[in-house]
This record gives sequence, C-alpha cells and structure tokens, in this order.
Amino acid sequence: MDHDQHHDDHHEHGSELSEMQLRVRALETVLAEKGYVDPAALDAIIEAFETKVGPHNGARVVAKAWSDPAFKRALLEDGSKAVLSLGLMNRVGDHLIAVENTPKLHNMIVCTLCSCYPWEVLGLPPVWYKSAPYRSRAVNDPRGVLADFGVTLPAGTDVRVWDSTAETRFIVLPMRPSGSEGWSEEKLASLVTRDCMIGTGLPKNPKEVA
Amino acid sequence: MDGIHDMGGMHGFGKVEPEPNEPVFHAPWEGRTLALSRALGYTGIWTIDQTRYGIERLPPDVYLTSSYYKKWELRLENLLVELGFAGADEIKAGHALRPGKQLKRKLTTADVPSTLSRGSFSRPAKAPARFKAGDRVRTKNIHPQTHTRLPRYAREKVGVVEAIRGCHVFPDTAALGKGDDPQWLYTVLFDGRELWGESSDPSLKVSIEAFEPYLEPA
Repeated sequence: MDHDQHHDDHHEHGSELSEMQLRVRALETVLAEKGYVDPAALDAIIEAFETKVGPHNGARVVAKAWSDPAFKRALLEDGSKAVLSLGLMNRVGDHLIAVENTPKLHNMIVCTLCSCYPWEVLGLPPVWYKSAPYRSRAVNDPRGVLADFGVTLPAGTDVRVWDSTAETRFIVLPMRPSGSEGWSEEKLASLVTRDCMIGTGLPKNPKEVA
Repeated sequence: MDGIHDMGGMHGFGKVEPEPNEPVFHAPWEGRTLALSRALGYTGIWTIDQTRYGIERLPPDVYLTSSYYKKWELRLENLLVELGFAGADEIKAGHALRPGKQLKRKLTTADVPSTLSRGSFSRPAKAPARFKAGDRVRTKNIHPQTHTRLPRYAREKVGVVEAIRGCHVFPDTAALGKGDDPQWLYTVLFDGRELWGESSDPSLKVSIEAFEPYLEPA
C-alpha cells in the first residue's frame, strides 16, 4: 500500500483509525479496478444509511399502532406487511415480527451470535447492541442489562428475551405511556426511542416532550 | 462452530455502555466498509451465511479486540481471497494486478434504493413441518466445526414450539456455499431455569429461532 500517497488525506485520531482508513481505501481500489464495485454506488449506500434508514421509521410504526387498533392488530399479525402499508418505505423485507409489551410482559431483542437487528425500521445497530457485554448478558441477566440502561421493571413484569438466531427480525411494541391521550401520531412518535423498540428502554415520559 | 462469537450466557464482559448521541459511523472507513460489504453481497458472490461464517473464523483474540467494522473489513479480505475474487498480493498492493472475474451483476447507484430492504429467506418446503405450536422439543447436542445458528447455551434443552416461521434457507448449509437446503424454522421458548439452572431469574423466558434439524421431540 502506498502510504505516502494517502498521507495527507486522513486526519483521524489513533493509529487503528488511520490504519483502517488506508486499508479500506486500498481494498476499495482493488475492487473498483477489478470491476466489482462502483464507488458512486458506495456513496449512495452510505448516504442512505446516514439519512433515510433509521429509528424514525420504527417510531412511526409504533405511533401508528398506539393510535390505530386495526393497524396494531395487523402489525402483530404480519409485521412486514403492516409496515409496508404505512408507505414509509417502498419495500419491506419478509419476516419482520412485532412483539408487544404488556404490564405483565417485557420483551427484549438480542443477537447472541452476531448482530442481527431490524435495521429496516431501526437503522444500523448501536455499538452496544453488537458488544460482548450485551450479547453475553441479555439472555441470562436481562434485568441487570436493563439496570445498565437505568430501567427497573415493576415487580410482576416477566421478561422475555428474543435471540435473533435466524432471518426473522423483531421489533418491540412498547406500551403507550399514560399522559399521551389525544396526541397526534407525529407527537406520539416523539416519545418512541430506539431503545424502547429494542426493549432496553421505555418510551419517554409525555411530560418531557409536551 | 463453538467459537468466541457464540457469546450468550458468558460471564466477565462487564456492563453495557450505551454511547449518548452515537453517530451512524464513527469514521468514514466504517461506512465505506459497510458499503463495500453490501455492494459485494449484491453481486451474489457469497451468501449472508458465508459472511457470518467469515467473521466467526477470525482468531478469537482478533475477534475480541477488533472493532465491529474492523472485523467486517478483515472478513472481506479473507473471503475475497478464499473464494478467489482477489489475490492477497493485490490487497497488499492496493491495486488490481489481474482482471476481475465476471460477476452476475454489479450494484449501481440506481439500484441502491432497492437494496434498502431485506430479501426473503422463505423457500418451498420439501416435506411437511415435523412440529407444531405447543409441541415440546429438545434441542440437539451438536458441535459442528462449521457454521450453525444453534447457540451453545440452548443445546440439549427442552422448550416449547411457540410458532412456525415458515421454511427458510438453512444457514448451516448455505454458509458452506452448498445451496439453500430449506428447513422449517420455529420459535422455541425456554424457561430461564431450563437454560441457567436454579439461580435463574424465575420470571425469565428466552426464545431462539430454531431450524428443524436442531430439534427432536421431547
């Protein structure tokens, strides 16, 4: 790899970042020269993941389910089909499954084997979701994990953990917070955090948003 | 394979540390690595299961000490060389030294929006499903040297079939580049105590998505 040629092009901190910037650039050059990838398409992918794909889509799904009982039934029946019907995106992949929190049951999503995540509706997973502490502990100490997020469930709420070991993908439908009665879907969506759709958080308190 | 990636239930990794206002990518090369992975996946040169197996075969010390996207980048280099799409000499040189292979298709900017949804992993079934919702099943005690999606913590455990998810591509076969080998997929639910013994949180239930070859009647 020609280090001198790229020396002025990177300004990251830390040797690993600099090394990786060079390494990835070299790999991309090889793959573009071999005709396997089009750098402009790579730009478009990055832009899409930075701007179009993200938890704002999932928040709209949850807000709709909170305000439209027929949609909620459809969502719990067939997540992919229901999300597609909202028109937030042109296509939704198969096997999206929404799981509903109740006063008696709290759901949490993990992928112990890698990093499977409902990225179509939540975007790319945060670093902690892909980390060893989360992947190791979510299945045997979910209340401890929740404590790391500052969440304590009421006594009498059971915990259900979904390990995403296949191509099925899960999104948690959290409970609608009291104090949000009469709110528009758009305003309800502002209560829906990424973490509450993974099951490591709860929706915001309406008092924080109003 | 019984690798370091199979982390469910391990101790000693410490607290989960969320990062406030986390960016989508922490450095430009991370986004580039993701984009390269997706663009190459689109060409059909490997299956998603081959890429997962590629990560699992990184040495355990590398796996534990490399950032997420660094693992992706190392996996890309390894798979490209292993499957003959690039030479180690080319990756080292940072330039192509030979013409590329002819690929089925190449991702263009116009195709990108259609790649922002996942494909379907459903396939026609070769035989009726062996289990139905409510059946008690025991996961097998298997330790294949190659890719599997039956985590160690859920082997040789008794659970209940909660749902049939259809007939899907079987990762254990697809990871070896040997075709789809479709198998029925089930959500199987376990009591925490079945998995973790008497010290388990008694209110805990854990499910895995289990392919039929992982299961036997209980």
